[in-house]
Amino acid sequence: MAIFGPRANLWMNTALVSVVVLFLGALLSIWVVPVMGYNTQERYAPEQPVPFSHRHHVTGLGLDCRYCHMTVETGQYAGMPPTETCMTCHSQIWTHAGVLEPVRQSFAENISLRWNWVYRLPDYVYFDHSIHIAKGVGCTECHVSIGDEALTRKTTTLYMSWCLDCHRNPAPHLRPLDQVFNPSWKRTANTPSGTALMTAYHIHPETLSDCGVCHR
Amino acid sequence: MTVLDLPSEAPVPVVAPGVTMRSLSEEVGEPNLRPKTPLWWWISFGFSLSLLLVLVVAVIWTLDKSVGAWGINIPVAWGLAIVDYVWWIAAASGATFLSSMFYLTRSPWRTATHRIADAVAIACSASAGIMPIMHLGRQGLFYWLFPYSNVMGVWPQVRSPLWWDFISLLCYIIAATFYFYVGLLPDLATMRDLARDRRQQLFYGVLALGWRGSSQDWAYFRFVYLIMAAVMAPMVVVVHGVVGLDFAGGLTPGWHSTQFPPYFFFGALLFGFALVIMLTILIRAAYGLDDILTEYHLNAMAKVVLVASLLLAYAYLWEGFGAIYGSDIAERTMFLNRISGLYASCYWAKIALNVIIPQLLWFPGFRRSQLLLFAISLGIAVGSWLDPYVVIVQSLHRNYMPSEWGNYYPTFWDWALFAGSIGLALTLFLLMLRLLPIVSIAQLRRIVKSAGAP
Repeated sequence: MAIFGPRANLWMNTALVSVVVLFLGALLSIWVVPVMGYNTQERYAPEQPVPFSHRHHVTGLGLDCRYCHMTVETGQYAGMPPTETCMTCHSQIWTHAGVLEPVRQSFAENISLRWNWVYRLPDYVYFDHSIHIAKGVGCTECHVSIGDEALTRKTTTLYMSWCLDCHRNPAPHLRPLDQVFNPSWKRTANTPSGTALMTAYHIHPETLSDCGVCHR
Repeated sequence: MTVLDLPSEAPVPVVAPGVTMRSLSEEVGEPNLRPKTPLWWWISFGFSLSLLLVLVVAVIWTLDKSVGAWGINIPVAWGLAIVDYVWWIAAASGATFLSSMFYLTRSPWRTATHRIADAVAIACSASAGIMPIMHLGRQGLFYWLFPYSNVMGVWPQVRSPLWWDFISLLCYIIAATFYFYVGLLPDLATMRDLARDRRQQLFYGVLALGWRGSSQDWAYFRFVYLIMAAVMAPMVVVVHGVVGLDFAGGLTPGWHSTQFPPYFFFGALLFGFALVIMLTILIRAAYGLDDILTEYHLNAMAKVVLVASLLLAYAYLWEGFGAIYGSDIAERTMFLNRISGLYASCYWAKIALNVIIPQLLWFPGFRRSQLLLFAISLGIAVGSWLDPYVVIVQSLHRNYMPSEWGNYYPTFWDWALFAGSIGLALTLFLLMLRLLPIVSIAQLRRIVKSAGAP
């Protein structure tokens, strides 16, 4: 009696081909998934208690970044504004707007607004806003289109390779100190070169990518 | 014809005269098809399974406590795990070299023993593979070694032998598995045809991948097998040579020497052959394969062991000469400590076991006596373990600065991992022994045919 039926070869070949296809598929997904926007959450704007628009406040009204993010020049965190900062204007204008109800409630009950984190770094990464500001890294180098965002969204991957791109070659990302908070700054012919700025700010890229710079 | 074919004393046939084509298939194939498993197999399997259990516990413990569970520390940061790794990969490399190189030289004694060697290579490379991973401080991150699409912007140091080691070991394990399997195909078909039980027919039939024994099948088979053998022989030289480079690349006295790749490879040859000899003697007795695994095979392999032992002796000699003749005070201090210090007993034991005692194989009587041959091979196995132990631990414990000298005491978990890795290799080998024909029937048919048997 025959051990295998006439179709045995078909089954076997199908199985062998499937193994190869599955293997290649697994390989492909290992390579592709990490760079997919779905995985990196680029362009993702989390739900916020109030649909705050940077486009309106920064580009439209011309508020300085530091008006709300007060500790950005001195601290590790840029700082989220207390409700009182919002109320400096919104006690006078749009006092009955529905979208601002959480702000008024927060002010009345003296409970801070709970904004949802957009640019969230892992706990094992040390990041300090103030040093980047002090060394001429403009806000929009990382928060790319922040001044023009109707809803705040994550515009970068925040991958370690993304950090290292700049830490290994900072020159193209530097600007004069008076332009750091300009959300629409463009390099012009009169701008000092990146190398010149690097010298002026005493930036030494050869140590900038040491492990201990970020992983302390 | 090679030198090894020439009978040095009383001419011994490669296979006993009584072996025919039919008796060959049955003698090799039937033990695997018998429903009743012999008692010796169950006893050995029980023993190896309990050692495997030790490995499982030791691995879980190490994963939990990390390498702090072991005795390693500065200055001796490489301990038993690396010693075991070198030992296992030496066994695998040497065995694969036996199987592939002596296929290329068409040595007849390799025909009946290469399946044992290939099975040894697979089993040992499994045990070798877990050691470097366990040695990582954070074992869960071992995949960082792969060139996968990592988003960290940092990549493995491609100029480091440690990374070459990872790549070459990975390629070797994959290639050795294919080499083993390709060589098995015609035999699996023979097993399928011999089997009367439906489940056995299906098992061997599926594994045989539809082998029909047509001339087309054979043409492909010979072509693929020849290429695989021609790939494997230089590959194992690279694999174990790179293991040697792991040390040569370090600046530690006793490591930083250009002779390490060949030195380690000679050691691999010696150990691989000794291990195959030991298993050949055991399998021969267990399965009663005296007429297939004849004295001719043991005699030939014993001679190769002798050659490997002399090659290793050359490396040992050069190690001492370089240290004493050279002008490096650290190197000389280290070497003098090696031959007279705390680890001197290990050093002299490895010299005796790897070089001096194997010289007995010059005498035909020692090559003929299975007991003595087994004892010498067992001694080589121990010596081959002491070799990396001395190289690694002794070198590290006497580094450049006397202020950084220190000793290494393996803990219980060091030894548990070592014992457990023996369990893993032994379990794999016993499973292959039970399920697969342990002598290549297809390739042995040529020998039987050329001997003029019907």
